[in-house]
Amino acid sequence: MSNVLILADFIGAKLSRTTAELATVAARIAEVTAVVLAPVGKGSEYAAAVSHGPITNVIVVESDSFTTHGVAASADVLNQIITLKAPSAVLIASHAFGKEVAGRLAVKSNSGIITDAVDISADLIATQLVFGGSTTVHSKISHGVPIITVRPNSITPDLQEVHPTIETLTMDIGENAKKSVVTSVQPPEEGGRPELTEADIVVSGGRGTNGDFTAVEAFADSLGAAVGASRAATDAGWYPHTHQVGQTGKTVSPQLYVACGISGAIQHRAGMQTSKAILVINKDPEAPIFEIADFGVVGDLFTVLPKATEGIKARKP
Amino acid sequence: MKIAVCIKQVPDSWAEKKMVDGLLDRVNVDAVLNDLDEYAIEEAMRIVEAHGGNDEGGPNTVTVISMGPERASESLRKALSMGANGAILISDAALAGADALTTSKVLSTVISQGQFDLIICGTESTDARMSVVPAMIAERIGCAQLTFASAVTVDSSAKKVNITRVTETGVEEMFGEFPVVVSVVEKINEPRYPSFKGIMAAKKKTIETINVASLGISIESQWSVVVDASLRPARAAGVIITDDGTAGDQVVAFLVEKKLI
Repeated sequence: MSNVLILADFIGAKLSRTTAELATVAARIAEVTAVVLAPVGKGSEYAAAVSHGPITNVIVVESDSFTTHGVAASADVLNQIITLKAPSAVLIASHAFGKEVAGRLAVKSNSGIITDAVDISADLIATQLVFGGSTTVHSKISHGVPIITVRPNSITPDLQEVHPTIETLTMDIGENAKKSVVTSVQPPEEGGRPELTEADIVVSGGRGTNGDFTAVEAFADSLGAAVGASRAATDAGWYPHTHQVGQTGKTVSPQLYVACGISGAIQHRAGMQTSKAILVINKDPEAPIFEIADFGVVGDLFTVLPKATEGIKARKP
Repeated sequence: MKIAVCIKQVPDSWAEKKMVDGLLDRVNVDAVLNDLDEYAIEEAMRIVEAHGGNDEGGPNTVTVISMGPERASESLRKALSMGANGAILISDAALAGADALTTSKVLSTVISQGQFDLIICGTESTDARMSVVPAMIAERIGCAQLTFASAVTVDSSAKKVNITRVTETGVEEMFGEFPVVVSVVEKINEPRYPSFKGIMAAKKKTIETINVASLGISIESQWSVVVDASLRPARAAGVIITDDGTAGDQVVAFLVEKKLI
């Protein structure tokens, strides 16, 4: 029976919404098996979280190596599961961790890899948007088990409730996978806002905020949006680096991206250009970000945002 | 301490990139050193400078390695002018259009043969943007991977590298023992401009050019194929207004029209 493996996407101990997106696209190809990599003693709790999306089976592997040795340990175990289950493809979330796991897995299993897919067809043709979203590329893997990473927020997830069968496997992790050692992890502060890459709406602030993100945050909260920042803003220490959108920060692709006081350097655009709609507020009419705006306001974000926030609140019952 | 820095020559970020026959057109476009690799070169220089420098004949060396066409030597020359000791260019017609699996195979072979202690990369190339080559090199060499580092400390006597990185799960501290593959983020340092002295010195340094056959490896056929590529329609020009006091309301109207509220 053919099956497709997806790597259940946990950010810390929390299952991300991307997991259901991976399952949705995987189910077009074959029956879906979600792989859950959990710390020792947490296997059933993590597996139970995999309850939405077209998932037939769950494979659970427990090891503290996933925390201590990160990418290498995860790739090592996934490779063993490939040998065991001979899947027709492996799908992983396309963030820094997921892409590195996919990269190591491709080397281990001598398989082709495609990253940052925004769609995959039933016959495993992947769609990518490249060169800042200017070009659509369709490609397929021609060797080994196709390993494809899928960009969060690209697939509309099928969120049906499911009760997959759960299989627990015990696996030894190779010595080469234990060579990098994590000694401490300081979790990011919980802001109560959605995760950047998963959010339907992202509101970002840049140099134009002058370090004052109150208007940006209030507008974001009225929309239930995540808050992002340009590199200028994070480098200035105005907002945490974890919120940086752009080339070396996070790549987001929300329904709406709101750029407030961001000029739109190419490095920033690389991280948000594939957003479905773009709203720009900037005092400088020459800012390059206006070139990609669906709706742009030449104006002061400190007057426009509070008025818009009020307007949104007024519409709520 | 022997440090290797892997760099790539890429089309200029601002240049219009096109696909020709399923591959990125690299010929008819301005080529530059991938700007994210400059941070890797700079970090290598800072590490050797903190360990007594990299004067010729001394214990520390920085070697830049690149795979690419002949003109990638321009990017290697830039790295040499920033202070690297030597450069290796792997150039071969068989490598045109090589994917990450092939690139990592070639680079890891050169790295293994050179017995480097520390391999430093940028986090991604600005053209392919896969971010997988450093992890693949570590996998192939069977060594520690310390990627996305925002701070690096090297203890050369203990042969140990510590890094700090920011990930989805928070701020992590990690370490590994030589050999170690490190990738550095752009926040880690401010790359130096080559000095006049550095530029003159770089002219005297040699770039060793090698081909695939001399590495003793074979290049398999491609692992993936492009089915087709097409330009997406440009974003339709948006509506731009100047705030006359009603912009807030117009923003709300836009959100309603887009069914976002």
